[in-house]
Amino acid sequence: MSEQSLARDDENAALQAPRSSIMRKVLHYALAFALPVILALGWEYAVHAGWSNGRLMPPPSRILDAFADLAQSGELWTHIVATLIRVLAGFALGAVSGAVIGALSGVSDIARRTLDPSLQALRSVPSIAWVPLFLLWLGIFEASKIALIAVGVFFPVYLGVSGAIESIDRKLVEVGRVFRLTPFQMVTRILLPAILPATIIALRAGLGLGFMFVVAAEFMGASEGLGYLLVDGQQMGRPDRILAAIIAFAALGKICDGILVILTRPLLRWQDLVRSKL
Amino acid sequence: MLSLNSVSKTYADGTEALRDIRLDIEQGEIVALVGGSGCGKTTLMRLISGLDTASSGTIAVDGETIAAPHPAVGVVFQEPRLLPWLSVADNIAFGLHHLPKTERTTASEAALERVGLAGYGARWPRELSGGQQQRVSIARALVPKPKVLLLDEPFSALDAFTRASLHEHLLTLWEASRPTVVIVTHDVDEAIRLADRVIVMQPKPGRIFETVSVAAPRPRDPLGLPYEKAKRRVLHALDRSLQNEIKAKKPAPQGSEAALWW
Repeated sequence: MSEQSLARDDENAALQAPRSSIMRKVLHYALAFALPVILALGWEYAVHAGWSNGRLMPPPSRILDAFADLAQSGELWTHIVATLIRVLAGFALGAVSGAVIGALSGVSDIARRTLDPSLQALRSVPSIAWVPLFLLWLGIFEASKIALIAVGVFFPVYLGVSGAIESIDRKLVEVGRVFRLTPFQMVTRILLPAILPATIIALRAGLGLGFMFVVAAEFMGASEGLGYLLVDGQQMGRPDRILAAIIAFAALGKICDGILVILTRPLLRWQDLVRSKL
Repeated sequence: MLSLNSVSKTYADGTEALRDIRLDIEQGEIVALVGGSGCGKTTLMRLISGLDTASSGTIAVDGETIAAPHPAVGVVFQEPRLLPWLSVADNIAFGLHHLPKTERTTASEAALERVGLAGYGARWPRELSGGQQQRVSIARALVPKPKVLLLDEPFSALDAFTRASLHEHLLTLWEASRPTVVIVTHDVDEAIRLADRVIVMQPKPGRIFETVSVAAPRPRDPLGLPYEKAKRRVLHALDRSLQNEIKAKKPAPQGSEAALWW
């Protein structure tokens, strides 16, 4: 039987996979870290050798010192927590409203014709343009910052969800009709699972934009947060602190995205991803 | 009994897909619909499945009119149309949502065994070959025990060997519960191998052209005389059904119907 031999081939491949995949993972990590590590070591050496004084572009050791200072005084954690809370609050607000309005305009033709043109126009407004308005409306404290981040998160989620609903396979909807699903069952048993992959990608894009907008938000007068640390570093002439804040942003963004991916992975096990085969 | 009573279907754009289809199919009978493209075979299937409604005439299963998808009618589409986010077993049990979980599991396991896929229940549909997926799709349609099973060119995308083995699977499944089966196909051999009656349709508008009864006992020997005879009659009928169309077109190439068409 060809089917059985096919199944056996699959099992063989599965048995062989772990060893080679661990080797490959190590190689991938080595490749990923090679460029930044070489650049960092090179710059460190250049400053030590006296080719540059490293005042405007501090060497890695000085950035690490700045990190250690900030961490020891506890400042670093205050800033990270402040930024994280803003991003998460803005993300929650923007993602929920984006998903709801996206679903509305994906399901209803009238809603799409009414909402979509205006939203597309608003989408092209640069984020910074909202700042003065939000400051006037919501004051200089948290509300205006969270609103700005929510605006940033809203659009990718809105686009992702409404697009996913529009592109649902009608043939699968027909299967639901043949089995006489009620409208509610149609949503829970066909629609939601079908749009889940695109929705999760939209959420990841939204989270990324949330981190971009939090900097804009914290530039507009914050007393804590990583964005504040950037401005502070500029005013105090401390490029090491600026770079420490930038690196903290990179790490924080990557960790949050990773958590989102891990949390949603069980929902997407069924997908035939190229990535899972590599 | 599945009865079609003067069923016609005209689409919103004015295309007359079916005209006055009258057909009675006994419980447990297997009927194959064959015919050239555009003769309304798929339209007829959609009407019987309740996915579309007839412009006039009625369709009934044991006296119950079909106007929307009905539990008495199971459908197998041309593509397997399995839900990719459900395991094979959950796909098969898709139509049993109202039953408790244990009953669903036993039903889907039994169905898997009957289609020769025992042990495949925990897999994802994408891990199955095309033929296996179509077997799952047939099992999904049969598990709620419909009185009528509709198959719309279910094996047309498969190679000849897979198709032959699926014919056997289908007949085995049919033996188990003896539903009425209506199968659309463009493969005359498939029609004669499976059906008690082969209905040849004629296009524009879709009509029944001729009915050929296949008397050969099952399992059918494709080299036997009864098989050969039936095949010749079907091929002959198909030929004439298409010739009629050509003749009908010739005298009035710019007639009113042709003008309406554009």
